[in-house]
Amino acid sequence: MSAQGIRSLGRRLRHGWRVARALLSSQYALMLEYRAETALWALSGILPFIMLGIWSQLAIPPAGLGPGSGAGSGASGIGLDQLQLSRYFLGAFVARQFSVAWVVYAFEEDALQGRLSPYLLQPLQPLWRYVAAHLAEQVTRLPFVVLIAAVFFLLQPAALWIPSPGRIVATVLAIWLAFTINFLLQSCIAILCFWSERASALERLLLIPYLFLSGLVAPLEVFPPALRAAAHWTPFPYMVAFPAQLLAGQVVPIAASFAAMAAWIALLLPLTLLLWRAGVRRYSAMGA
Amino acid sequence: MGSMGMAGLLRYGRTVKRFWGSALASQMEYQVNLLIEVLAMAGNLAGSLLLLWLIYGHGHQLGGWSLEAALVVLGIYTFLDGVSSTLLRPNLGAIVTQVQQGTLDFVLLKPIDSQFWLSTRTISPWGIPEILTGLALAIWAALRAGARPGVATLLGGALMLLSSVVILYSLWFVLATTSIWFVKTWNITEVLRAALSAGRYPISAYPAGLRTLFTVVLPVAFLTTVPAEAILGRASGLWLLSSLAVATGSLLFSRWFWRRALRDYTSASS
Repeated sequence: MSAQGIRSLGRRLRHGWRVARALLSSQYALMLEYRAETALWALSGILPFIMLGIWSQLAIPPAGLGPGSGAGSGASGIGLDQLQLSRYFLGAFVARQFSVAWVVYAFEEDALQGRLSPYLLQPLQPLWRYVAAHLAEQVTRLPFVVLIAAVFFLLQPAALWIPSPGRIVATVLAIWLAFTINFLLQSCIAILCFWSERASALERLLLIPYLFLSGLVAPLEVFPPALRAAAHWTPFPYMVAFPAQLLAGQVVPIAASFAAMAAWIALLLPLTLLLWRAGVRRYSAMGA
Repeated sequence: MGSMGMAGLLRYGRTVKRFWGSALASQMEYQVNLLIEVLAMAGNLAGSLLLLWLIYGHGHQLGGWSLEAALVVLGIYTFLDGVSSTLLRPNLGAIVTQVQQGTLDFVLLKPIDSQFWLSTRTISPWGIPEILTGLALAIWAALRAGARPGVATLLGGALMLLSSVVILYSLWFVLATTSIWFVKTWNITEVLRAALSAGRYPISAYPAGLRTLFTVVLPVAFLTTVPAEAILGRASGLWLLSSLAVATGSLLFSRWFWRRALRDYTSASS
């Protein structure tokens, strides 16, 4: 590469960094305005705790339960003991909190209110704006998630644990990949707004298999093997169950799961970009 | 007084007929919604059945309820979900918009009770399949569970369903009312929805702490478990009476709360 090439690359990187910083900081300032709403959103993710209530009643071992009895004896019919269940569902809660995407709603509103056309004129792919908004929202969400987790451990002190540093790094990475998959899935649906006004209804329908196959309402261990295998052909178990199991310290096929997530992203990313190009062409042909 | 009350009631009845007639006429423009709602309902029911099958397939029971009895609870949950999407969400969601855009003032000027207007203004027919499916599931499962349909059971079941609808309405209305003070509180209904999803299962399936929470603080027990017990013909008189008391109390509270909110609203805006 010539010296000139390197210089121009450096300039582009610096430019990209400036744009990213400006976007992130302005979106963060915007999200801070909506802190109360973010707190309510965080609180509306309590489903894993409700399901923990159900499953923990089913997992009550015949003998008493001591704080150190997390040996996974399999005394109960569902193969997980109280502590494992508590940690799994807390992990599921955290994974869900930091992988939610709401591109469909933001995009639909921008399209309806006519904000999209000026965005299209800017020399920046508009989807980056939504990426920045989501990342900023995750930062404002963090304190509320910590607070809810703290209340959880106050109520269930026996479940408190400190995952190994390796597991923490792997979990953070898995949750980011889960967020990427969710974001891309939702972006594909959002882009369908260019063709149909009912795109957000598709999102509602997509939420149903997500809810029941991701591991949010039941640990995948209780699925019959055939159903579990079928679920793993969808991206959903990687979006909640896999990060939750990682965090809870369970035995999981780490490399294979990361590979599956990478494959889903490799499939969804080109699809999103293709749809985007076709959608914008249609949108500008309509004279907007 | 009696005839006046009757005339007033008739007038309100006629008004509701007009409201819903025009809402139906405009909603019929969007028939794709019916397909979407039916698909969403079928998916949600299939998921819930899968979950019950997983639990009962392992030889467990939810808090001592048989599978058929647990299905009655699921049926009532589906029924209430249908009521929410038919009546509660379209109407009470609009309150927030009214406050934001300042059109609430016009509602207050109308010669009709404002809570009534806001609660019945529109109807979304796409939740009706869910209402019917929920009821059918509850009745079918109750018969499978060995409930014997008698006058007392029918009357008790109907009364408990009515009181669960009243409780659910009051909860939604009180939360929607808070938007008078904090304009952007619509998210709180998402929290409510998430918490009420605990009503998919009989209340005795939860640990003691949650059971108390779902009975005393948030009346989940009165929404699905008590009506299910009544339909199965095994509700105790004490539970029936408490359910009626909670329903009456929450309705009166929602009325008082609305008046209180309006006092602040009118003194702030005019």
